[in-house]
Amino acid sequence: MTIANEAMEEAPKAETGIRLTEQQLRARRSRSIAIALALGAFVVVIFVVTLVKLGGNVLTRPM
Amino acid sequence: MSVTLARIEPSIADVGDYVALLKPRVMSLVVFTALVGLLIAPGHLHPVIALTALLCIAVGAGAAGALNMWYDADIDARMARTAARPIPRGRVTRGEAAGFGLTLAAFSIASLGLLVNWVAASLLAFTIFFYVVIYTIWLKRSTPQNIVIGGAAGALPPIIGWAAVTGGVAVEPIVLFLIIFFWTPPHFWALSLYRAEDYARAGIPMLPVVAGEAETRRQIVLYTLILAPLGVAPWLMGFAGPLYGIAAVAAGAAMIALALRVRAERQGYAASKQMFGFSILYLFLLFAVLLADRLWGGLAAQAVSHFAA
Repeated sequence: MTIANEAMEEAPKAETGIRLTEQQLRARRSRSIAIALALGAFVVVIFVVTLVKLGGNVLTRPM
Repeated sequence: MSVTLARIEPSIADVGDYVALLKPRVMSLVVFTALVGLLIAPGHLHPVIALTALLCIAVGAGAAGALNMWYDADIDARMARTAARPIPRGRVTRGEAAGFGLTLAAFSIASLGLLVNWVAASLLAFTIFFYVVIYTIWLKRSTPQNIVIGGAAGALPPIIGWAAVTGGVAVEPIVLFLIIFFWTPPHFWALSLYRAEDYARAGIPMLPVVAGEAETRRQIVLYTLILAPLGVAPWLMGFAGPLYGIAAVAAGAAMIALALRVRAERQGYAASKQMFGFSILYLFLLFAVLLADRLWGGLAAQAVSHFAA
């Protein structure tokens, strides 16, 4: 083992990638919650409109 | 060959910044005028479908607002009135605003088409296209007629509301369209009179910047003289009652009086500011009374048929 290799092994591992600040984490969390709520609302709208449009016919289909 | 990668900062935008991109105040006026178009239309629409239509129209209007802020970020930064918007403040990038606007536009148009009808959806798509491409990208920076022609986008919601119920277009919503269309120039020119420096700094050719104050004041009077009789038209044409007629005549007379004061104004902008403020009240009043007139008329007709039976 060379001296250079030994030095590399002893050096602390460098942090890689992006580290988010507290503010960035908070902002991402609020955006994620908003997207989840919007998607949930979209599903509810599609479900309710389907019931309204189909009405009782929802059970009338070829088996 | 060397490749330089742009450093991407993680976003600090919160939900409030994205809500601001939707221009909530413009959106509320769009929803209100679309609601009037929807409620004065003949025929019946299930309340859930009506609410869905309004939601799609609101989201579509928001999408147009976000796309407007995407394109206008450079001039927004130079104007005091718009410098605090999310992109100039550095909260949202232009790309994020464009992606947000395009996504919402696609969802709102597709949802309106699939859940309500495709005539209303096509009109919503045309409105977004007109506001973003014709007004924002083309006219706003190139002609003082920008808000005259571009005003058509803001005037379309009552027609979309009507089309959501009937699946077509008729003369009644076109009259409502014309009222908003002819209301837009005096409304914005009154504002631009006392914001002319702001517009000049941003390089936007608003009428006071290009043609001067005197010409702007003259044009405000001309457009108001067209607007006031148009405001009364729903009553004269028989699709609004006498209560609306009285309100439209009184409010129209007040608009003309204010426009004449703006015309006569030589120093300061007190009359212009008053005109700008009152013009918002004027449009709201006309549509609110039309709505009340219709709802009251509907309730009265129901009561008569109930007692007759």
